[in-house]
Amino acid sequence: MAVPMQEAIIRVRDISVRFGSTKVLDGLDLDVRRGEILGFVGPSGAGKSVLMRTVIGLVPKISGRIEVFGVDLDAASASERRVVERRWGILFQQGALFSSLTVRQNIQFPVREYLDVTQRLLDEITMAKLGMVGLRPEVADRFPSELSGGMIKRVALARALALDPELVFLDEPTSGLDPIGAGDFDELVRTLQRTLGLTVFMVTHDLDSLYTACDRIAVLGNGKVIASGSIADMQASQHPWLRAYFHGKRARAVTG
Amino acid sequence: MGAGVGIVQGDPTLEHIVKGNGLALCAAGPWTARFASELERIVADAEKLTGSRSNIFIDVSQISKLDTFGAWLIERLRRSLTQGGGEAKIAGLSANYSSLVDEVRRVKTIPAADVAAVTIPGLLDQVGRSVVGVGSTMLGLIDMLGAVLAASGRVLTHPRGFRLTSTVHHMEQVCWRAVPIVVLITFLIGCIISQQGIFHFRKFGADIFVVDMLGVLVLREIGVLLVAIMVAGRSGSAYTAELGSMKMREEIDALRTMGFDPVEVLILPRMLALILALPILAFLGAIAALYGGGLVAWLYGGVDPEAFLLRLRDAISIDHFTVGLIKAPVMAAVIGIVACVEGLAVQGSAESLGQHTTSSVVKGIFFVIVMDGVFAIFFASIGM
Repeated sequence: MAVPMQEAIIRVRDISVRFGSTKVLDGLDLDVRRGEILGFVGPSGAGKSVLMRTVIGLVPKISGRIEVFGVDLDAASASERRVVERRWGILFQQGALFSSLTVRQNIQFPVREYLDVTQRLLDEITMAKLGMVGLRPEVADRFPSELSGGMIKRVALARALALDPELVFLDEPTSGLDPIGAGDFDELVRTLQRTLGLTVFMVTHDLDSLYTACDRIAVLGNGKVIASGSIADMQASQHPWLRAYFHGKRARAVTG
Repeated sequence: MGAGVGIVQGDPTLEHIVKGNGLALCAAGPWTARFASELERIVADAEKLTGSRSNIFIDVSQISKLDTFGAWLIERLRRSLTQGGGEAKIAGLSANYSSLVDEVRRVKTIPAADVAAVTIPGLLDQVGRSVVGVGSTMLGLIDMLGAVLAASGRVLTHPRGFRLTSTVHHMEQVCWRAVPIVVLITFLIGCIISQQGIFHFRKFGADIFVVDMLGVLVLREIGVLLVAIMVAGRSGSAYTAELGSMKMREEIDALRTMGFDPVEVLILPRMLALILALPILAFLGAIAALYGGGLVAWLYGGVDPEAFLLRLRDAISIDHFTVGLIKAPVMAAVIGIVACVEGLAVQGSAESLGQHTTSSVVKGIFFVIVMDGVFAIFFASIGM
């Protein structure tokens, strides 16, 4: 493409977030580059999801600057913000599907709001999205309460992709899936990233995801990004938490 | 890549050249979701060109940007043009997009299920189902009553299973916190009854009889009925919503698997709190209504407090008061049982939670009024 690979889609500078008296993020900087899958790891409760929710505007920050697609989200007007929101898709940890709508209606919901297209095209696009996330067309008329955990994640991903976003946020996409299902999901994210040219920001705990799906890894600790780079860089790092994470019992099982 | 690289601006186009038996289509510009409605229109126009052409050529090399919407519309065009049995070639596809085009080629279209039309047999079917539904509602209520009685029996024989903390917590929620609103509303109703009574009774010089009316009405009927309706709206709905969301999040299943009986842990404390709360609230409500009525009688009707109290003592007997307070716990039990049955009937969706909360309040109020009627007949026949 004409755009350089190094262009930052998300540029986070010096953001701090505080809940009551605890500082969750403390002067954090992070770049997510166009076309990459960034895996974001860190100990439980370190604020990985908080960072994601801050970037998408669900958690207020006390200082710092967030640019997405080159738009400063604090300075943006409501309509500029809406344009940015249309260009990203979000997969929440629990799926966050609308429980009173069917799978079909869930996927069509954002499309119907933003685009003026016929019902026929809506239905066809829904089927295309369901196919892309590896679900059979019969699932379309079920309600979220009738789906398994893995299916919910897939439908939520299909909904996140409904408007063909350029950027996708995934909050622990493989948590709660069996290893085979999780592996399939990683493969799916990888395929979609290639097919649709997505940029992916993935909060995860899953070592397998880091090895198989991510291009780059950023590690959160003490409210800052303490390291970022390829999986090889992470393994070579001497930071105690990184050593424990990448050379622990479970890591050895993954690397074999 | 083609010459169109980087040209994202401008509108998408689709030019067509008909040459003898052949048809060439040339797509250009951004074929993306943003232009979906335009793309749909130009594809629909191009679909009309279909005839018995055997040689179709779709050139996509000038497309500057392609996403699922664009790729699907090209695929849709290809499908409709080749319906007659011809062949269509897609040419000039950049390597970036080939996997996307392959992906949409696998899509199978199935039409959405038709919405059932309104028919007379359909309506009759619905009526029948609703009638059967009434029966199963009654069965559900009786079932819950039985379960609550059985749980109380178990708690009576093994008092250690009684959840005192939970009961006290629910007492605070449904009784203590309800006092201000209950007192305020019954006070106002007392004022209104008194004012209306004086206004109409004055025409034939029977001002003082307003005290009789107020006393009987408030202690026997309005006090308890009004408070029961308020409790059904305030606490019955809360019970249904709490139990319903616990059901949705599988918390009730979790309790069951840990060896706890949800009726004993969740429902019994709530029922007990409600049964204790309603008589207290009905009593406070009646006092507030009498106070309000007395105040209006004094300020508006000129009946001074001593006269009011004397008349009240003559007009009402302890029976009126007892009747009111006997009804209260029974109504509380009805409200509680309806609320708990509805709460446990909630299915997976937010919509279902809303429906059951609504029907908890509606059914609760309905049964309260039915019970009041039954009590009226009963007390009349025993002469109370």
